[in-house]
Amino acid sequence: MAKDSPASGWLHRAADSDVWWSFKSSPMTVGAATVTFLIVAIAFLSPVLAPHTPFDPATLSLTDGLKPPAMLSADGDWTFPLGTDDQGRDILSSIMYGTRLSLVVGFASVVVAMALGITLGLVSGYIGGAVDALIMRIADVQLTFPAILVALLIDGIVRGIISVKRHDEIAIYVIVGAIGLSFWVQYARTVRGSVLVEKNKEYVQAARVIGLSPLLIMVRHVLPNVTGPVLVIATINLGLAIITEATLSFLGVGLPSTEPSLGTLIRLGNEVLQSGDWWITVFPGITLAALVLAVNLLGDWLRDALNPKLR
Amino acid sequence: MAPSDKISTNNPPLLEVKNLRVEFPTRRGTLLAVDDVSFDIAPGEVLGVVGESGAGKSLTGNAIIGLLEPPGRIAGGEIRLEGRRIDNLPYEEMRKIRGARIGAIFQDPLTSLNPLYSVGRQLVETIQTHLPLSAAAARTRALDLLKEVGIPGAESRIDHYPHQFSGGMRQRVVIALALCAGPRLIVADEPTTALDVSIQAQIIALLKRLCREHGTAVMLVTHDMGVIAETADRVAVMYAGRIAEIGPVRDVVKHAKHPYTKGLMGSIPSLGVRTERLTQIDGAMPRLTEIPTGCAFNPRCTERGQRCMVERPDLMVAGTSRAACWLHDRGGVGAPVLKETVDA
Amino acid sequence: MLAFILRRILQSIAVLLAVGVVAFSLFRYVGDPINAMVGQDTTMEERAELRTKLGLNDPAPIQFLNFIGNAMQGKFGLSYRTSEPVGRLILERVPATLELSLCAAIFALFVGVPMGVYTGLYPRHWSSRLFQAVSLIGISLPTFLIGILLILVFAVWLRLLPSFGRGETVQIGWWTTNFLTWSGLKALILPSITLGLFQLTLLMRLVRSEMLEVMRTEYIKFARARGLTNRAIYFGHALKNTLVPVITVTGLQLGALIAFAIVTETVFAWPGVGQLFIQSVQFSDIPVMAAYLLLIGLLFVLINLTVDLLYFVVDPRLRSQGGAARVAGH
Repeated sequence: MAKDSPASGWLHRAADSDVWWSFKSSPMTVGAATVTFLIVAIAFLSPVLAPHTPFDPATLSLTDGLKPPAMLSADGDWTFPLGTDDQGRDILSSIMYGTRLSLVVGFASVVVAMALGITLGLVSGYIGGAVDALIMRIADVQLTFPAILVALLIDGIVRGIISVKRHDEIAIYVIVGAIGLSFWVQYARTVRGSVLVEKNKEYVQAARVIGLSPLLIMVRHVLPNVTGPVLVIATINLGLAIITEATLSFLGVGLPSTEPSLGTLIRLGNEVLQSGDWWITVFPGITLAALVLAVNLLGDWLRDALNPKLR
Repeated sequence: MAPSDKISTNNPPLLEVKNLRVEFPTRRGTLLAVDDVSFDIAPGEVLGVVGESGAGKSLTGNAIIGLLEPPGRIAGGEIRLEGRRIDNLPYEEMRKIRGARIGAIFQDPLTSLNPLYSVGRQLVETIQTHLPLSAAAARTRALDLLKEVGIPGAESRIDHYPHQFSGGMRQRVVIALALCAGPRLIVADEPTTALDVSIQAQIIALLKRLCREHGTAVMLVTHDMGVIAETADRVAVMYAGRIAEIGPVRDVVKHAKHPYTKGLMGSIPSLGVRTERLTQIDGAMPRLTEIPTGCAFNPRCTERGQRCMVERPDLMVAGTSRAACWLHDRGGVGAPVLKETVDA
Repeated sequence: MLAFILRRILQSIAVLLAVGVVAFSLFRYVGDPINAMVGQDTTMEERAELRTKLGLNDPAPIQFLNFIGNAMQGKFGLSYRTSEPVGRLILERVPATLELSLCAAIFALFVGVPMGVYTGLYPRHWSSRLFQAVSLIGISLPTFLIGILLILVFAVWLRLLPSFGRGETVQIGWWTTNFLTWSGLKALILPSITLGLFQLTLLMRLVRSEMLEVMRTEYIKFARARGLTNRAIYFGHALKNTLVPVITVTGLQLGALIAFAIVTETVFAWPGVGQLFIQSVQFSDIPVMAAYLLLIGLLFVLINLTVDLLYFVVDPRLRSQGGAARVAGH
């Protein structure tokens, strides 16, 4: 690692090293990658693949309501392979659209958390002193509380500031922001640690001497160094972010029912669960569980593959 | 200072190791880490086992106390303690022997003691496991043991935790733990390696004194020939999982019979003897995957003959010692004798 | 040691102050206390007068001190949603949440730790592998989904257990308890399992990896060489050495339990503080949110302090060193 210039970084190592080998040799990981890929592909192709457009009221008919899954029940209708909800919406199509939304929110909030965390980590490590102390203390306090609580709180504050009606329109941004804000700490700590190590290295001092901005130099050298760990955190966080979004939506403070994610679908299904119409809840639930499990497995594998010390 | 050679032929041996083989199944095949090793230890005798790391000396010790780490296992031969076979005992039977009949001392006193319990508690626990003593009696015995191994202020130190002791003091505690139930044999695996040089001598002297007083035999595993010369009655030199030479310590040190032992002795600096330069053995001990046929030492041996390349030497009588070397074949020079079998 | 504890207490107070500032800012600047107290037809003058009377024109630090002072007496103002005193609203619901969290914690500890010990001692046994695989699924399933599945199976299909509410409770002073009635106990089962399952899998995995680690140490090998019984080695020596990380995580997870009680209480319509908090987020009922935040902050800080003190009980190295650093594995 010392011989590599930091810029060629882990990507270079990954290409010719044993990361690919370790991927291939773990059937569980290959399975997880396949499941993830399939779910992502189907979700993003849902406008093409979905048999119905479940959230266009014009296509809905209450006479189609509460049909059980066609493959399991004689009462079913093959136009609705996984059945319908009380509004006559096709469960399969709802899941496809919902998964897309869950993925978008998950990815977006990871990106927000990453951007925020990397920036704060760089600032904290580079400037040091009181700024560093402040940022790291905030991080400590925030880490004391579970992310879901922080996200709930941020969501609640935004609801307090803006009216409920406008809130539905911007709900998705609020959720992305809330989840992003609750997951930044790990990135910041990782980047800050790396900055502290690099800061005193000679090339940074040398850059200062020849009049280059040491900050620029450091960004160029630190970022490639932390790509590996950041990627690992991001993958593991993706699973958490998807769960957090689903939980918020399930609690009714996430995405509105006009724009349902998997969590919203499960909440809607839960409302009629007592009457035994299980499929409205169970199928989105299985999708969510499969997605998160697959992403978590990928995250675990990535952590082990990029960090042999932890193996 | 070399101890007198006790000739122990008339007493039955305390420990008999016969044709012991220890193997490690690995992905690339099974490694023979201890290959056909045989030796005896008489009651009260100190046997030094010396060799480079990887020579199989620690594994031999672990096999005797029945604590080979999986996947390592005893693949052949037998081990007898006081005439009773112990290498194939069920775990629970062997557990009762460990600590009671055979004590053990490990290399690093820093890590041998559980950091969360006071040394007194660890002593009492060991005593009560093996001896039918009340808690109070066990504590008295623990205190006596601590005094015996030379812990100053034992009365107050007994309730201290391991981290409150220095390295040397901790090794004394470890020795006390090994002596808890009055074992007949102590297997001491590199007991001084992790200690400061100035402490090493104290610990060795203590071990020697205690074992003489208690009549306990010791199998002293070390790579330090100096320690052996100081302590042992007899010494076994191991190389690549086999015993190269075994005999009374003075003879092996002064008149080594096996070329490997000669090299080993030549590489030890000694005070008072003016030497131009220390000799060294060229090359390194082979990996267990690449042990040559014939004598395992043959690639590095300066005196090898053709026979050494094909036929494995057993231990042969060579003066007061026995050496696994064709040089000591009864005919004398072994090399040309078997020329005709080379092509076979 | 004393210095260490003192420093931890000071840190705790700092955290509490930070939480207090957030709660105060919420209370004072996000919500408007006046709106909550007066009707639509109150004139601007009356409002201004009330403002002065309530001290809302005082400098912010004074207001903050007043806020904290009131909070210490349990005065958090009136709920925007129900117009009841927030302190009373919360107090009524505290027993439900604490009893639920307690049961979940007991469930997680008493099932998770033994499973972790077992899978750590016999990592190659098929049942250990099964536990490992199931625990991975348990860690990936969101709490609410577990709750819903349990309701579907045990309440809707099998009709064995109730799916919502606390059942019959018994009042002891201001405390209402589930523990004294059959229906109350039955009502606790599904929510406790739901809430505790994640913690259970986490604990199991942690204890397992710690056990594997400890069993490889020299002092365990030496304990075997001393001829100690397996029982003494496993439970006396190995398990105790896994305790420090286990205590850390259990402490942290106790906090998480109370946070995730929000979800479980929503799934099972459990009348606890978490449900109250969700309702207050939905209605942006700021005083309740502020009070909940303070309460949770206090609880977390207390838990962390307890965890720190427990380290000293478990680990003698800390006791004598005046231990600055935690010995925990991270």
